[in-house]
Amino acid sequence: MTKHQKKLIVLSAAFAAAFGIVPQVNAMHIMEGFLPLTFCIGWGVICIPFLLSGFFSIQKKLKENRKNITLLAMAGAFVFVISSLKIPSVTGSCSHMTGTGLGAILFGPSAVSILGIIVLIFQAILLAHGGLTTLGANTFSMAIAGPFISYGIYVLCKKLKVNRRVGVFLAATLGDLFTYCVTSVQLAMAYPSAEGGVTTSAVKFLGVFAPTQIPLAIIEGLLTVIIMITLENYAQKELKSTGYLEEV
Amino acid sequence: MRSKDKKIIAAILLVVFLMIVIPLLALKGAEFGGSDDAGSQVVEEIQGEYEPWFTPVLETLIGGELPGEVESLMFCVQTGIGVGIIAFVLGRFVERKKWEA
Repeated sequence: MTKHQKKLIVLSAAFAAAFGIVPQVNAMHIMEGFLPLTFCIGWGVICIPFLLSGFFSIQKKLKENRKNITLLAMAGAFVFVISSLKIPSVTGSCSHMTGTGLGAILFGPSAVSILGIIVLIFQAILLAHGGLTTLGANTFSMAIAGPFISYGIYVLCKKLKVNRRVGVFLAATLGDLFTYCVTSVQLAMAYPSAEGGVTTSAVKFLGVFAPTQIPLAIIEGLLTVIIMITLENYAQKELKSTGYLEEV
Repeated sequence: MRSKDKKIIAAILLVVFLMIVIPLLALKGAEFGGSDDAGSQVVEEIQGEYEPWFTPVLETLIGGELPGEVESLMFCVQTGIGVGIIAFVLGRFVERKKWEA
């Protein structure tokens, strides 16, 4: 990363911090028009530093090795597929997964924020799913918070010498779950209950999202493992160049 | 592909299949609406009637809600784009390995 790029990130981060909103949130796609204007702008601003650093990290990865683009495209395509599938859950309602875990493990969390926002824009414009006004909040939960948790868990598992595939599973599953937790808190911050405030609301929203999402998160973890096993078998060269597999 | 890996993948696919089908069979008559919609219901519960202050661009353009069939078309387009890319890349990987060996 060049000095210039670092400066840009620091600047935008300072700008976001100055906005006075603490980035501590959990949730899934918030519907268009369901967040007050200040929240829309606030979340958008918080996302900017992450998106910038994501853009630069992708640029760097491609500069290092042009061939990284194949796996990057796959990680993006995985998000496309996984987040388009609405799956019935044990609670009798449907939800969909995020698919961001794979990219986070392969390319690091900030790169995924770019992949995630592409999908979110696609869905907001063409599917009326999520929304342009809530794009900032949704990007933060699905394309930033989730992937960061995924990446953290994956690195932790690696440190603790947990089986690599188990690590991939845990990372993708918990990242997906965390996305919905962030969404709940985002909604709760916008809609504090009359009694009990933000916390009570957060519990209510979590009560709606969490039980539906747990089985789906597990499915997402399992599917991510399948892709990983396939790549380990057929794309060792590429995995080495992203740093997922050690050079032998 | 190693045969052990093949077995793992087959087992995982079976589990995923069951996890999706069992709720459908077990909860007969459930609505299976979206949990995003359930979220907006909670908003109304907390806030009273809530009128979204912004309607999706597409709904403004076509002057109404996106028809269900068209929505499913769009979701399929999204899936299709993703599957297309994955299949293309994986296909190349598999062929490459075959020629290397």
